[in-house]
Amino acid sequence: MSDTHAQTVSYVRDTMLPQAEPPLRDKGAVKWMRENLFSSWLNAILTVLSLFVVYWIVSHLYPWFANSVWRAGSLTECREIRDATVGSDAPSACFAVIADRWQQLLFGFYPKEYYWRPVLALVVFLVSLWPVLFDNAPRKMLFFTLAAPFIMFALLWGGPIWGPLFVALGFVLGYFAYELVNKSAGPLAATLAAIILPLLYWFYLVGPLAGLFSSVAPIGFEYVDSKDFGGFTLSVVIGVAGIVLSLPLGILLALGRSSDLFLINKVSVGFIEIIRGVPLIVWLFTASLLLNYFLPPGTNFDLMLRVIIMVTLFSAAYIAEVVRGGLAALPKGQYEAADALGLDYWKAMRLIILPQALKISIPGIVNTFIGLFKDTTLVVFIGLLDPIGLTNAIRASTDWNGVYWELFVFIGLMFFIFCFSMGRYSLYLEKKLQREHR
Amino acid sequence: MKKTVFFGAVTVAGLAAGLASAATLDDVKARGTLNCGVTTGLAGFAAPNAEGVWEGFDVDLCRAVAAAVLGDPMAVNFVPTTGQTRFTALASGEIDMLSRVTTWTYSRDTDLSFEFAGVNYYDGQGFMVPRALGVSSAKELDGATVCIQTGTTTELNLADFFRNNNISYEPVPVETNAEGQQQYLAGACDVYTTDASGLAATRGTFENPADHVVLPEIISKEPLGPVVRHGDNEWGDIVRWTLNALVAAEELGVTSENVAELAAAPTDNPEINRLLGTESELGAMMGLDADWAVRAISAAGNYGEMFETNIGESTPIGLARGLNAQWTEGGLQYSPPFR
Repeated sequence: MSDTHAQTVSYVRDTMLPQAEPPLRDKGAVKWMRENLFSSWLNAILTVLSLFVVYWIVSHLYPWFANSVWRAGSLTECREIRDATVGSDAPSACFAVIADRWQQLLFGFYPKEYYWRPVLALVVFLVSLWPVLFDNAPRKMLFFTLAAPFIMFALLWGGPIWGPLFVALGFVLGYFAYELVNKSAGPLAATLAAIILPLLYWFYLVGPLAGLFSSVAPIGFEYVDSKDFGGFTLSVVIGVAGIVLSLPLGILLALGRSSDLFLINKVSVGFIEIIRGVPLIVWLFTASLLLNYFLPPGTNFDLMLRVIIMVTLFSAAYIAEVVRGGLAALPKGQYEAADALGLDYWKAMRLIILPQALKISIPGIVNTFIGLFKDTTLVVFIGLLDPIGLTNAIRASTDWNGVYWELFVFIGLMFFIFCFSMGRYSLYLEKKLQREHR
Repeated sequence: MKKTVFFGAVTVAGLAAGLASAATLDDVKARGTLNCGVTTGLAGFAAPNAEGVWEGFDVDLCRAVAAAVLGDPMAVNFVPTTGQTRFTALASGEIDMLSRVTTWTYSRDTDLSFEFAGVNYYDGQGFMVPRALGVSSAKELDGATVCIQTGTTTELNLADFFRNNNISYEPVPVETNAEGQQQYLAGACDVYTTDASGLAATRGTFENPADHVVLPEIISKEPLGPVVRHGDNEWGDIVRWTLNALVAAEELGVTSENVAELAAAPTDNPEINRLLGTESELGAMMGLDADWAVRAISAAGNYGEMFETNIGESTPIGLARGLNAQWTEGGLQYSPPFR
């Protein structure tokens, strides 16, 4: 210690004070509340009001849940049990309807002994997503992902396995056609060959081949008709098929719309604007009602397939616009850099443009997917028994006529689980792909 | 305008489909199943049970037709249809017959090119009010708020009724019967109006049915029946006479229990003999075998049995026979003779 202060200050503390507790109002819960809940008189009023609203809602809903009846054969029984246990004027949920019909809500009329098939198909789907969604999977898993749609089809609909197998072989055929022709005649001829050869194969060879093999070796699961699909199986099949098919289609449309080729550009613009400009319910009615008139009488074009096609086209138009937003957000330098490297169009898109554009579009794409998945409930209007349609059918039985909220709570919860996990994954993906330094 | 275009489209399609596939009977036999259009769910009339098996009054008629034609009451492929899709499904050949509480009206029969193969339920629009309102007749409903399903004939009937009686009302539009029930119970409207059978079914599900009364007035005629396409009269005959056979069976005292016994050997009653094929060859006249009616009746019983098991007074829906009693008992159910 120097002498300087010895003359000016009479006393200087030369030891540190022990850390004192902060004042009560500046620590712990009190501080948090003061800062977050009661920081001004307006906030204080709002806090009290909000608490009151929360209390009001919970106090009304809680007894309904707490008194719920899970074991009963009908709504009348539910009410008798409630009268016996908590009295006749207490609110009480009758979740017995879920206990009685949950299988129907999940699987529709799918044969009971084959419930494992949709479940296994869902597992196959989730496993096949693994290498696509997370990069810690072995790359060989991608082959499984490619095969997954056919495995899922064979599981869900059943029938001889030769049909899906030979259809899948068409893709392999296209791949080899591209590789072979590319070496001898260049990429344009190769692309054409890769499109035309499999198409010819699918139209003329698959039917007879599958028929022949099915009659020789009828291997496969019992066939389940589309009309037996219902409940969440139906929603998930339509939703997943729509999502999986609409993403590549949407990306192609977005590229088409930003293309310089006149015809491709105008066709893409026309498709997107027409599909997007008309409500989904109109397209569903078109699928279920109008298509029947264009098809020759007697042809039975599966209604579910028609719906999947319409839903796919509809969401592809939206995806296209979302992806186009991503393409437009890229600086022009990226395109020019790709050109300067001497990459052709597809390589430039695949290696430089799309990875960046898609990354920007993730929230929009997932948003569209969630919307699409929830929109599958619209099929109730064309007579398909999705979960909402089944609530109507369940209420139509004399046992459960009069049950509303319990069914809707259950359905809402199921949809929430699906949509919430999609949203969470999109957040995870955004964080993982965060490359800017902000 | 919208309606006209839609009906026009349906008509054109109906004609095209009718011309293209004239022999529904052959199609059904070749397929081995009957495609029958039903509702997506209406208490007592058609609904899948917990096992996914369809049950109900309309469903039983499909089963009877399937039994008559194919010999198996379970060989029915039920196609759920909505109010919007039912006629197109029939016109386009997606279903062979429609058994879906469909009201027989002039325009449906002529303009839409369909054929109603009879009436399996005579319905009519009624009103339900809380007992506490103290109303005993629909004519006292001046100024009432009425829950009403939009876009249905009931909406038009309601407007007509109130205009005829010079009283006013305030409509509360609802989309479905389920929504109507909730709105009515929540007190959003004083009166709920829909078909009387629907009112009875709805009232049966209330916690305290006695607190609500169905008013005596029936303000419209709603004859509900099975529908087939124009242009295939042989198939229309099969559906019509299957329904007639069920009605006649009740009149003649043939039930699902004694039908086998009565059909084993000719009885003293020639009408029963002709119906059950033990005398003359009625079945062959419409391309079926002799005991088609025996199978139709064994499927779900005669008309009276079908009514009792699905919507009758012993069920929670609890409908009285009323207009649907046999003509011998003051009702309208009347089968032309089997001769």
